[in-house]
Amino acid sequence: MKTILFIEDEPTLQKAISQFLEKKGYKIKSALDGEIGLAMAKEFKPDLILLDLILPKKDGFEVLKEIKENNEIKHIPVIVLTNLEESSDIERVLSFGTTTYLVKANYELEEIVKKIEQILGS
Amino acid sequence: MLEQLNFIKQCRKYDLTLWQCPNFLIIIIGLVTIIAMLGTYAVAIEYAQPEIVALIVIGVTAILFIIGYLVLQSFEKLAQANRMKSEFVSIVSHQLRTPLTSIKWTLNLMMLKEKDSLTKEQLEKLITIKESNQRMVNLVNDLLNISRIEQGQLNLKPEKISLEKTIQDLIKEYSALAKASNIEFSLKSEFLPLVLIDKQGIELILRNLIDNAVRYTKGKGLIKIKLIKKNNSVRCEIQDSGVGIPNKDKRKIFQKFFRSQNIMKYQTQGTGLGLFIAKSVINASKGSIGFQSQENKGSTFWFELPIKKTLKQKILKHQNKKH
Repeated sequence: MKTILFIEDEPTLQKAISQFLEKKGYKIKSALDGEIGLAMAKEFKPDLILLDLILPKKDGFEVLKEIKENNEIKHIPVIVLTNLEESSDIERVLSFGTTTYLVKANYELEEIVKKIEQILGS
Repeated sequence: MLEQLNFIKQCRKYDLTLWQCPNFLIIIIGLVTIIAMLGTYAVAIEYAQPEIVALIVIGVTAILFIIGYLVLQSFEKLAQANRMKSEFVSIVSHQLRTPLTSIKWTLNLMMLKEKDSLTKEQLEKLITIKESNQRMVNLVNDLLNISRIEQGQLNLKPEKISLEKTIQDLIKEYSALAKASNIEFSLKSEFLPLVLIDKQGIELILRNLIDNAVRYTKGKGLIKIKLIKKNNSVRCEIQDSGVGIPNKDKRKIFQKFFRSQNIMKYQTQGTGLGLFIAKSVINASKGSIGFQSQENKGSTFWFELPIKKTLKQKILKHQNKKH
């Protein structure tokens, strides 16, 4: 069973996506802030990381940068899942390395699962 | 007219003091000029000394420069107020997106988990909530686009796009809605080159135009979409047999938040943002947009986009330059 780490501070979003993905047959690990998220990424080495950008303690930009700089976890694919959409945000995220960037409000959960399957399948 | 004259009230509305108010400052400039002229005249008659006259002229010029500087400052303050308004819209919109996403995803989850235990009626109600939620998401997206347009930060990445393919996909998406409203689509297209435009941008434009065509067609109707090659651009025409646009509203149709009186009778939904956004994206993509319309007969909206130069053409051009 593939493990997905979901770093998101909004509990309702956290709950909805976790239960949906569990139903689709994934194992979910949840983190409510950036620091814990990064620690969990290092400890569990999930198959994929879903990452919000606005997070307490350590924001998503910083978490992504540290993931991409860490040789042990930099191979893990990351999907940035955020409601920020300004070009400066997108460019900043892409400057850290290859990442999928999705705007939460524009995606149904079914579509996000499709993206995850695409990435994990290849 | 009277309201125009009441500039003090106007300036207060924009949070400007009297000495930052352009209207007031211009009146002061006028007064200073008149007084200076009369003064110069009086002095010239009395003393007939060119030095004094020259001094007065220098003094008055200096005063006018200072007032001119204040006028420029006041415009800067107005521009700043406008930027703050745009930033406000942007912040609020981002904040709105989180709860809207929460509603959307919770509904997604409910519809997956309780799929078998939901009655038909319950499912229909959930779909209604989902559609309303999506309308709010679209509205927030429109507002964000507006604030980006106003801040000059519209995020467009032009790429090679097939208009025909994009339109076919959209027609497919709209087929259920169109069928329910007794509306048919026809797409006529010759062999066409690709155009250069942002993918999300062109989808936004076409979605707005097709959406309008469907919504403002009453009863049975045919929406004709035509793609034509024209010199160095591709022209797209979307013709409906809908309610049309009254002559008096034609000038304002691309304005922000504008909605024609006659469509308010048929459709209360809508924000009046779609065509404004479409025009902004088209203009930013070096294209043009317009329409012809007759009330109660229908409207034809068209836009033209430049053709992406093929590699071969580019090489040819490059070679020509060299020789």
